[in-house]
Amino acid sequence: MTEATIPAQAAPSAAESGPMVRAENVHKSFGHLEVLRGVDLEVRAGEVCCVLGPSGSGKSTFLRCINHLEKINAGRIWVDGELVGYRERGGKLYELREKEVVAQRRSIGMVFQRFNLFPHMTALENVIEAPLRVRREPAAVARQRGIELLDRVGLASKLNAYPGQLSGGQQQRVAIARALAMQPKVMLFDEPTSALDPELVGEVLDVMKDLARDGMTMIVVTHEIGFAREVGDSLVFMDGGVVVESGPPREVIANPRHERTQAFLAKVL
Amino acid sequence: MTAEKTATERARPEPIKAVPVRHPGRWVTVAVLAVLAAMFLHVLLTNDAFQWSFMIDHMFRPPIIDGLVRGTVLMTISAMLIGVALGVVVAVMRLSPNPILRGVAWLYTWFFRAVPRLVLLAVFGNIGILWSRIEFGVPFDTHLGRLFGIDNLELRLFGFDSRDLLTGFMAGLLGLALSEAAYMAEIVRAGIQSVDPGQTEAAGALGMTRGQTLRRVVLPQAMRVIIPPTGNETIAMLKDTSLLMYVPVSMELFFQLDAVGKRTFQIFPMYVAACLWYLLLTSVLLVGQYFLERHYGKGYGRSERARFRLRNVTAESGGAPGGTETAR
Ligand SMILES: Nc1ncnc2c1ncn2[C@@H]1O[C@H](COP(=O)(O)OP(=O)(O)O)[C@@H](O)[C@H]1O
Ligand SMILES: [Mg+2]
Repeated sequence: MTEATIPAQAAPSAAESGPMVRAENVHKSFGHLEVLRGVDLEVRAGEVCCVLGPSGSGKSTFLRCINHLEKINAGRIWVDGELVGYRERGGKLYELREKEVVAQRRSIGMVFQRFNLFPHMTALENVIEAPLRVRREPAAVARQRGIELLDRVGLASKLNAYPGQLSGGQQQRVAIARALAMQPKVMLFDEPTSALDPELVGEVLDVMKDLARDGMTMIVVTHEIGFAREVGDSLVFMDGGVVVESGPPREVIANPRHERTQAFLAKVL
Repeated sequence: MTAEKTATERARPEPIKAVPVRHPGRWVTVAVLAVLAAMFLHVLLTNDAFQWSFMIDHMFRPPIIDGLVRGTVLMTISAMLIGVALGVVVAVMRLSPNPILRGVAWLYTWFFRAVPRLVLLAVFGNIGILWSRIEFGVPFDTHLGRLFGIDNLELRLFGFDSRDLLTGFMAGLLGLALSEAAYMAEIVRAGIQSVDPGQTEAAGALGMTRGQTLRRVVLPQAMRVIIPPTGNETIAMLKDTSLLMYVPVSMELFFQLDAVGKRTFQIFPMYVAACLWYLLLTSVLLVGQYFLERHYGKGYGRSERARFRLRNVTAESGGAPGGTETAR
C-alpha cells in the first residue's frame, strides 16, 4: 500500500474463481410489500452491468442489498466470492457483526442519485473522510490520494469548495471520487445522473466511462440508454421485483424479447 | 456601439419619485412610547427606594462576585456540560434499535421533565436523609448474606459520608444537570432526526460504523438545529441557578444579593442589582451563541440568516450590553 498513484482495478482475484458479484434468488419485502421476488444476477470482474427498469421495480433496493444496507429475506449475494452479510457454517447462516459488515462494505463503492455528499465538509474532506477514519491511512497519504482523485474527476480546482457551492454535476463527481477513495472492487451507481440538469449529465457519464475503461466492475442503474449501449457489457431489465430480460445491451435494446421491456424502451427511447 | 448605447438609454426610464405612504399610526405609537419611557426614567431617578448609590456600592462586593463566578457562572457551565453530554447519550439511546435502551431513555426524560426544577433541587438537597453513607460494593450484600445464613455480610469497597459527597454544590449540580439532560435529549433527538437519512446511508456505504457516522456525519449536521435551542437552554440555566437557594447553595449570586438585602433591610435595590447582573450575563451568552451558530452554519451559506435572527432576539430581550448601561 505504498503506491500513491490511483489504484487501477485491483487484480481481479475473482476472475478465475467466479463472478465479482453474484445474486441468487434474492427476495426482499418491506412489511407486506414484496419488492424483490427472486432476483438473479452475475457480474464478472471488470464488467459494466447496466440495470434498467420502471420506477418502483426494486432497482435501488437491489443495489442496497448488495452492500447490505438492506437485509435480504431470502437468497444469497456474494461479492468477490464472499457471502454478503452472513457467514455460512454447517448449513446454518450466522449474521455478521457490525464490524464485519462494515469491512465488507469497504470494498463496495456506492454513488447515489442525490449525491449524499457531507454538506459540512469540503470536497477534499468528503473524499478523505473514509480513508482517514475507516482505513486509518496517514493524513498525508490520504490527502495526496484525495487530491489525485479529485483531479481525475476534473475537480482539482474545487478541493476546498463545500458541496453547496458546487453544481449538481460537480457534486456527483466528488461523490464518485469519494467512493473511489476506498479502493472498491465494485462500484454501484443508483441513477447517478437522474437528478442532474441535462447539460450536466455528460460530465458525469464521461467520468464513469473513464472508470469503465480502467476495468472497474460496475453495476449502473440508469435511464441513459446511450450509456448502456456504449459502455455496458451486459444489460438487465427489471420489473416487478424480478429480472425480466438480460443480455448484451445492443441486442436487448435493438430486439427486446419481452413485451414489458418493449413497452419500457418505447417510452425512454 | 452607439446604437447599443441609445438602446440602453431608451430602456431606462426616469427614476420613480412617488409620495410615500404616510404612517400616522407610527407617530402616535412613538409618542406614547416616549411618554412611557419618560415616566419610567422619572421613577428610576426620583424614587428613593432605588437607592442607586447603595446598590452600586454593594453589587460589586467580594462575596457577591464570588457567588457570581464560583456559583452562578461555574454552575451554569458545569451543569450545561454534563447536561449536554448526558442529553446526547439519552437521545442516542432513544433512537437506538434496542427497545430496552429506548424504554430507559423514555423513562428518564419523562421523570426529569415532569418534576419542576425547584422541587428537584429541594429533593437533591435533602437526599442525605435517604442515605447517610454512599458506598460501593456488591449490591444487596446483606440480603444475599442472609440467604446463605451469614449475618450482616458487608462487601463494600469504599464509601463516603453523603454530606461530604453531596455538598450543596454537588447536589445542586446533580439536580440541574440531570434535569437539563432530559431537555437536551429532546433537542438532540430532534436535531438528529432532522438530518437527511441519505447521509447515514452514504456513510454506511463508505464503511463507517454507526458510532463514526453519528460523530462525524450526523451530529455535526444536527448541530445547526441543536445550537439555537441549546443557547436558550443555557440562558434558562443561568437564570435557574437562582433556584439553588432552595438546595441550599450559598455560594451563588442571587443568594448573596438576597442576603445583603435582608441584612441591610435594602431588599429592593439588591433585587434590581440581581436583574442587572442577569441581564449582563445573558447578553454575554447571546454573543457567544451568535458565533457558535455561525461556526456550525458553514457550508450552508445561512450564517447571514442566523445573524439576522440574533439581532432580533437581542432587540427583543433588550439584552444588548448598552441596554444595561442606559437602564442604570
Ligand atoms: N425502506 C422502505 N420501506 C418501505 N418501502 C420501501 C422502502 N424502500 C423502497 N420501498 C418500496 O419498494 C419499492 C421499490 O423501490 P425502489 O427499489 O426504490 O425502486 P426503483 O429504484 O426501481 O425505483 C417501491 O414501491 C418503494 O416504495
Ligand atoms: Mg431508485
